[in-house]
Amino acid sequence: MIFYFLAVTLILSAILVVTLKNIFHCALFLIVAILAIAGLYFHLQAPFLGVVQLIIYIGAIMVLILFAIMLTSRISDRLLQTASRQSIPALLAVIVFILLALKSLDKTPLPAHIGKNFDPILDLGRALMTAYVLPFEVVSLLLLVALVGAIALARKD
Amino acid sequence: MEIIVLSLILFGIGLFGALTRKNAIAILMAIELMLNAVNLNLAYFSHNLSNISGQVFVLFIIAAAAAEAVIGLAIIINLYREFHKIDVEEITLLKW
Repeated sequence: MIFYFLAVTLILSAILVVTLKNIFHCALFLIVAILAIAGLYFHLQAPFLGVVQLIIYIGAIMVLILFAIMLTSRISDRLLQTASRQSIPALLAVIVFILLALKSLDKTPLPAHIGKNFDPILDLGRALMTAYVLPFEVVSLLLLVALVGAIALARKD
Repeated sequence: MEIIVLSLILFGIGLFGALTRKNAIAILMAIELMLNAVNLNLAYFSHNLSNISGQVFVLFIIAAAAAEAVIGLAIIINLYREFHKIDVEEITLLKW
């Protein structure tokens, strides 16, 4: 029940994100979509992912996007209105892609649900510190590089 | 099963947005939608197979998405400073 509510919210707000004219409203609906995805993570017994989604996506990325919108256009400005182009060909391509993916999904035998009992947060921390410790460190390097790159790019010279 | 179809539809919507939008920030938001669709799929399989690796990769993808958003928005703000518009059809610096 809760799953279908989240799914309908997610799909509707995602459609509004890509079709609304005012880009500020698009960003607000993207926040709704991300909230629905965080709810789905909780539904999938991944509470840490849900919390990370809330903190990083809504707390950081969406605030950044809203800042960028406000820095690049004024409210009720012409720039705020974003038009669409080539809607029909894009829609056709997306429909063909979805149909092909559905067909391949139909042909692929999905593994049955393994009801093994596991503690998601405990196992996640253990996996990050043992099997995935090298990628974990590489991600920290990536974030450092992104930080330096963003400062270098956005600096006034 | 329903979640795979849901994330497929979400990916399709994001793809549509990335293909049709002219505003660079709107394209970035559509890309965020597509990344979220992939994350949802990974979380579903992690839950279904009782294997934690899917959740680990969701964390990595979220970190990569944050880095991508930061760099993309820095580039967009720089473009706005140069041209006073962020319409991807009118910015053709790399075309010749």
